[in-house]
Amino acid sequence: MRYHAPATFDEAIAIAAGASGVTRYLAGGTDVLVQLRAGMVTPDDLIDLKKIPGTHDITRLPDGGWRIGIAVSGAELGAHAELVADWPGVVEGMELVGSTQVQGRATLTGNLCNGSPAADSVPGLVAAGATVTIQGPNGTRELPVEQVPVKPGKTALEPGEIITAITLPARGKSAGDAYLRFIPRTEMDIAVVGCAVSLVLDGDKVTAARISLGAVAPTVLLVQDCADAIIGTTLDDAALDKLAAAASAAAKPISDKRGPKEFRVDVAGVLARRAAKIAYERAKA
Amino acid sequence: MAKDEISGKEFKWIGTTPDRPDGLDKVTGRARYGADFNLPNMLYAAVVRSPHAHARIVKIDASKALALKGVKAVVTRADLPTGLTGEDLYLQENTLAGEKALYDGHAVAAVAATSQLLAHDAAQLIEVEYEVLPHVTDVDKAMAKDAPVILPGCADHSVPEGSAPNVARMIEFGRGDLAAGYAEADLVREGHYTTEATHQGYIEPHAAVGQMGSDGKGEMWVCTQGQWYIRKMCSAVLGTDPAQLRVTPSEIGGGFGGKTTIFMEPLPLALSKKAGGRPVKLVMSRAEVLRATGPTASASMDVKMGMKRDGTITGAEVNFRMQGGPFPGASPVGEALSCAFACYDIANLNHVGWEVLANRPKCAAYRAPGSPMAAYAVESLVDELCRELDLDPIEVRLKNGVKEGVRASYGPKFKKIGLAETLEAAKAHPNYAAPLGPNQGRGVASGFWFNHGGETSVSLAVSEDGTAQVSVGTPDIGGSRASIALMAAETLGIAYENVRVNIVETGALGVNEPTHGSRATFASGKAMWEAAQGAIKEMCKRAAQKWDIDPEAVTWKDGAAWPAGDNAGKFEPLSIKEIAGEMGKTGGPISGHHESTPSGAGPSFGTHVVDVEVDPETGRVTVLRYLVTQDAGRAIHPQYVEGQYQGGAAQGIGWALNEGYIYGEDGRLQNTVFLDYRVPVASDLPMIDTVIVEVPNPGHPFGVRGVGETGITPPLPAIANAIHAATGARLRALPMNPPAVLAAIKAKG
Repeated sequence: MRYHAPATFDEAIAIAAGASGVTRYLAGGTDVLVQLRAGMVTPDDLIDLKKIPGTHDITRLPDGGWRIGIAVSGAELGAHAELVADWPGVVEGMELVGSTQVQGRATLTGNLCNGSPAADSVPGLVAAGATVTIQGPNGTRELPVEQVPVKPGKTALEPGEIITAITLPARGKSAGDAYLRFIPRTEMDIAVVGCAVSLVLDGDKVTAARISLGAVAPTVLLVQDCADAIIGTTLDDAALDKLAAAASAAAKPISDKRGPKEFRVDVAGVLARRAAKIAYERAKA
Repeated sequence: MAKDEISGKEFKWIGTTPDRPDGLDKVTGRARYGADFNLPNMLYAAVVRSPHAHARIVKIDASKALALKGVKAVVTRADLPTGLTGEDLYLQENTLAGEKALYDGHAVAAVAATSQLLAHDAAQLIEVEYEVLPHVTDVDKAMAKDAPVILPGCADHSVPEGSAPNVARMIEFGRGDLAAGYAEADLVREGHYTTEATHQGYIEPHAAVGQMGSDGKGEMWVCTQGQWYIRKMCSAVLGTDPAQLRVTPSEIGGGFGGKTTIFMEPLPLALSKKAGGRPVKLVMSRAEVLRATGPTASASMDVKMGMKRDGTITGAEVNFRMQGGPFPGASPVGEALSCAFACYDIANLNHVGWEVLANRPKCAAYRAPGSPMAAYAVESLVDELCRELDLDPIEVRLKNGVKEGVRASYGPKFKKIGLAETLEAAKAHPNYAAPLGPNQGRGVASGFWFNHGGETSVSLAVSEDGTAQVSVGTPDIGGSRASIALMAAETLGIAYENVRVNIVETGALGVNEPTHGSRATFASGKAMWEAAQGAIKEMCKRAAQKWDIDPEAVTWKDGAAWPAGDNAGKFEPLSIKEIAGEMGKTGGPISGHHESTPSGAGPSFGTHVVDVEVDPETGRVTVLRYLVTQDAGRAIHPQYVEGQYQGGAAQGIGWALNEGYIYGEDGRLQNTVFLDYRVPVASDLPMIDTVIVEVPNPGHPFGVRGVGETGITPPLPAIANAIHAATGARLRALPMNPPAVLAAIKAKG
C-alpha cells in the first residue's frame, strides 16, 4: 500500500490517473480506515486529500450560497453559526453520523462517496439541491448530489475523478429544511429510514419543496410526488396525509437485519410528515 | 452508619463508599487488560473459522501458510490428543473443529507468526475444503424429527425414546395436583413466548498470551473470570498436566458469565508448544467474539397458570425448549425451570424442559443463566392474569410471594429472604405513583437468582507495618476488591486504605471456582473473614506471649489485642502495627488462610418498575423511568451494589428491546459488530433508580447476598408489561424492537 499526500488536486488526479490497482481517497478516514482494518479493502494507493489548501474551508459565495471543502468535518460544520442558520437540515444530517469522536473527522464528501443508501448527510444535501464539483483528467464538471451515488458502494465518479467541493445554493427568505432518521436506538446507529425536507414559503403557503428519502432504495431518492403533495398547500392535515402516502409509495426498500420492508415503507411516511412540519416551522421562524 | 444486626455492633467501614482500589489505574489507562500483556520474542496468532453453519471438513492444507517467512506454527485438530469424553471432548471440539464444523465461526485452524498482519495473511492462505451439510439454527426447528442431525447419539438417559435426534436432555419435576389447581382457579390462561439469543456484550474481547515448552510446562496471561478453570480446561483439551500450567488473570473488561469457560485459550498454548516455546498472543476481534464465544440460549416456552379472583395462584406449569449450541450440557434450561416459579408459593406445579442442539455457538453463562427467559414467560403471563382480573401486580406478588420457611418451587425451603421487602419498597417509591401521559405505560415484574458458594481459597497476610494483604482467586468483575477490602478492614479493625486485595495467579492459592454465581463478595468475603480470624488468633497469641498470660484471655478489638477482662491483668492494648513490627522475633510471619466450599449463599430477589412511552407510529419504545429494588442482604459498598443493579437492568433492557442474534437463511450470523448487534447506548437509558433492600443473609458473617445477577431477570417481562399497558399490544417474542412493536400495535387494530 502506498500513501500519498498531494498538495494540489491536480497532483492528486495525476497520482490517481497513474494508479492501476485499488485506489482510495482519504479525508476523515472514518469509512476507509475502518474498512481497511476490517480487511474489507486493502488499497494499493491511498491518496490523502485533506492536506490540499482550501479543503477545510466553508466559504460564503457571492450569490449567498455556500462552498464546503471536502475535508470539513461534521463538528466544524456544526460550529458554523451562519451555515447552520441557513441549512439546519443539512447540518443535522451530518451531525448524526457516528459519535463525537467520529464527528471530529468525518466529512460530507466522504459520507457521500461511501455510496451508502443510508448515509445520513445525503438526503439533506439532495433536498437542499446541493451540487458537487468534480475534477478529473478531462477537466471539471458539476453534478447534482442525487446523481453521485449510482448503487450501494458505487458513485458516478470516473477513474481519476475527485470531488473538490460541495456547493449549497443560496437559502433565500422564508425557507427551511430538516432531516429525520429512524434508528432503534438514540445514537451510534445506522438509518433504517431517513427523510429530508426543504421548502420555501410565501406567507403560509408552500411555494417550493424538495423531499428526499434515504435507506429505502439502492440510492437516496428525490421524490417529486412528495414535493407535489405539499406545494401550494399550507401543510394542512390533508397535505401531510398526501405527503406521507407519497413517501410510502416511493419507498422501495429491502428487508434486512436493520429492518423489514413493510416497516420501512410505513416509517418513510411518518418521517416525511414529521420532517415537513419541522422544516415548515423553521421557514416560519 | 450501618449496624451489624447479628452482633449488634455499629460498622465502621461496611456500608461506606470509599474510592475503588482499581479506580486510578482504570481512569489513567494504566490497568492492564488481556490484550495489554506482551513478552519478548512473542508471536501473534490468528484463527481460521468456518464460514458454514454445518459442514464436513474434508481437507485442511496449510502448506502455503507455512511457506510464508515468519510463520512459525499451524495447529489443527490433528495436533490435539484423542480419546476425550464428555465436557472435555466438547471443549476440545469447540476449540478446534474435528470432523465437522458445527456453527458459523467455529475454529478450524490457528496460525502463529512474527506479526499480527502476517498471522492474518497466513490464516487466509490456509485452505479448508468443506462439504456443506444442512443446518438448523432455530430452536423449534431443531426439535423437529427430520431436523439435520448435529451430534448423533447426543441424547442422555433422560430423553424419551422416539424423541427428535437433536434432543440432548429432558427434565421434569413438580408437585401437587395440577388439574385440581386449575379447577380451583377462576381464570386459567396460557401463553407461548420466545426469546432470541443474546451476547454478554463485554467490551473487552477475549485475549491471552500463552507459553508452553516441549516439557508441557506452561504459563498463561489471560482475561478471564476464573484462572483455575482456564488451567483445568486448557489442560484437558491439550492433554497436559494442570499443575504444570500457571495462569495469571488480567484486569477484566466485563465478563457477565461469558468468561467462565474457554474458547480460544488453548490455541496460544498449542501454538507455542509447536513454535519451540515462544510465547503466543491471541486477541479476538469483535466479530469473533460474537460468532464464536458463548452467547446465551434462544428459547421457545409455553406457560399455563390458574388464578383465583382474589389473586391466589392455584396452579402453574411450564414447558421450555432451549438450544445451547451444538453440544449437550450448555443450555441453561435446568436453571430456567428452577427459576420459573421461584418467586411464588404455588401448591400445584409442573416443569418440563428440553435441551436441544443447534448449529450455533456453544452457550456460556450469561448473568442469571436461564432466569431472564423464564421470567419473561412467567411474569408476562402473571401480568396478563392480573389485568384480566383487574388486580394490582404488586399486591398479587405480595399475596403469592415466597417468604422464609416456604418450600421453593425447585425444592429446598427458603431461609430468610427479601422478596416481600422489595415489593413493598417498589410500592412505596415515588416512581410507582408518577403520573403517566398518553402512549405511556407502567410494567412490574419480579426476579430471582439462587446465588452460589463454590470452591474458595483465600489467604490474608499481615505486613511488617500492620497493613494487610488479602490474596483471592476470584477476578474482580463487579467491585469485589473494594468489598473484600472493606470487610477485611472491618474484621481486622484497620483502615480501608491499609488493606490491599490482590487477585492472584493459580500458583499462589488453592483452587478457586471463577467469579460466577454472584459469589465473589459472598464466598471470597466469607473465606477472607475466616482467614482473618486465623491471623487475629495468632496476633492475640503473640500479645499473650508478651504479657505472659493465657491466649484465651486476649481479645481483638479496634485493630489491637486487649486483655479480655480485668481478670486477665492490666495491660495497654497492643496494636496490629506493634505486633506486626516485631513478628519476625515473636514467632515469624503472621497470616491466615481458609479453604472451603461455603454453603449459605442466600438468594437475592428483586422487583422492577418501568415506565415506557411507545411511539404509536414507529413502535419505538422509550424508557422513561426505571426502578430496581433488590435484596443485597448487606450492601458492603453501596455504590457498587447500585452499579450491579443498574448494569443488570441496562443489559435486560437491551435484551428486551433490540439485542438478538440474527441468522440468515445460510445459517451465518448477520450482526457480528456492535453497529448491528444493538446493545443500548448511554443515551438510550434514563438514570436507573435503585433501592437497596437489606435482609441480612444468615449464611454470611456480614449478611452478604450476591447481587450481580438477579437484576437482569425482571427487565424483560417488566418492559413487555409496560408496552402492553401503553399500547394494549402484548408482545410474546423478544426482541421487542420497533418493527415488532409496530406490527403488534397494527395487529391489535
